Amino acid sequence: MTDFLIESIMGPWSWYVSGPLISMIMFLLIRSGGEFGVSSTYSTACTMLGAGKQVQFFNTNWREQIGNLFFVIGAIAGGILTTKFLNDGAPLDLSLQTILDLNKLNISFKGGFAPLSIFSWEGLLTFKGFIMIVVGGFLVGFGTRWAGGCTSGHAISGLSNLQISSLIAVVGFFLGGLIITHLIFPLLF
Amino acid sequence: MMKNIRYLIIGVLFGIIMTKSEAISWFRIQEMFRFQSFHMYGIIMSAIVCGILIISLLKKLNSQTVYGEPIVFKSKDKKIKRYLLGGMVFGFGWALTGACPGPLYILLGSGYSVMIVGILSALLGTYAFGRAKEKWPNTFS
Repeated sequence: MTDFLIESIMGPWSWYVSGPLISMIMFLLIRSGGEFGVSSTYSTACTMLGAGKQVQFFNTNWREQIGNLFFVIGAIAGGILTTKFLNDGAPLDLSLQTILDLNKLNISFKGGFAPLSIFSWEGLLTFKGFIMIVVGGFLVGFGTRWAGGCTSGHAISGLSNLQISSLIAVVGFFLGGLIITHLIFPLLF
Repeated sequence: MMKNIRYLIIGVLFGIIMTKSEAISWFRIQEMFRFQSFHMYGIIMSAIVCGILIISLLKKLNSQTVYGEPIVFKSKDKKIKRYLLGGMVFGFGWALTGACPGPLYILLGSGYSVMIVGILSALLGTYAFGRAKEKWPNTFS
């Protein structure tokens, strides 16, 4: 029994465990007087760095929003803890078709979370690395603020609260992702 | 301060769940946008189904926060352009980085130190949006 429990925790978690647990995170944040929305932390950080002096959009009281910054600092720590202590080293169970498709784009799957040929310091200095990390990161920041939320704020929190605007945003998320994956990647690689 | 420590601990749990579920993986996001596995759809859809139950119960029971304050659920405005176009721009970034804002942070903890550049770029993108909105308020409202 204990062995089974340890094995279950150390191995990858299935979707029907992970999804409900994510909704529990939303529940805990709401009960703590906050809300589940990660992208707002970028806005809070801009305010803390003094952007409110130049741009009215960031002229807010960051002390009221600092809870979510503690939340993401915790999330980074959670990533460290999991990688160091809750990890059996098993490769990702990626679908064979995805592995084959990505091979055609010269991206090889070696079992990790992301391709190291791109998501590493050496990779950053390549053209693809620059587009995917720097341009990609910029678009994440710009788009989430324009849409007023990301996967946590719109897809989980907004749809859980039956907001039509969140549904429109999520349609936009997927349209954008499909365009990059199916139209831009074949040109980029 | 206690409140912030609470957020910190919930964040740690979130980081563990997102890493163990592999939702922070660039490969999993590619698999999702190629419709080649149910994994990510299962995570997102089961989170929403449970979330709908949780929020409707919280509303029905007029629940309070742990600090005894009423819980306020904000309704979002109904502008289509902003959500669709802004959403698409985020979608471009989501597919390129293979990470939405949460995983950008968590990947940093999982050993992908280069993601600090992705996080700084997202900060710059957020700042650029603030500037753009100030200059062209109608386009970006």
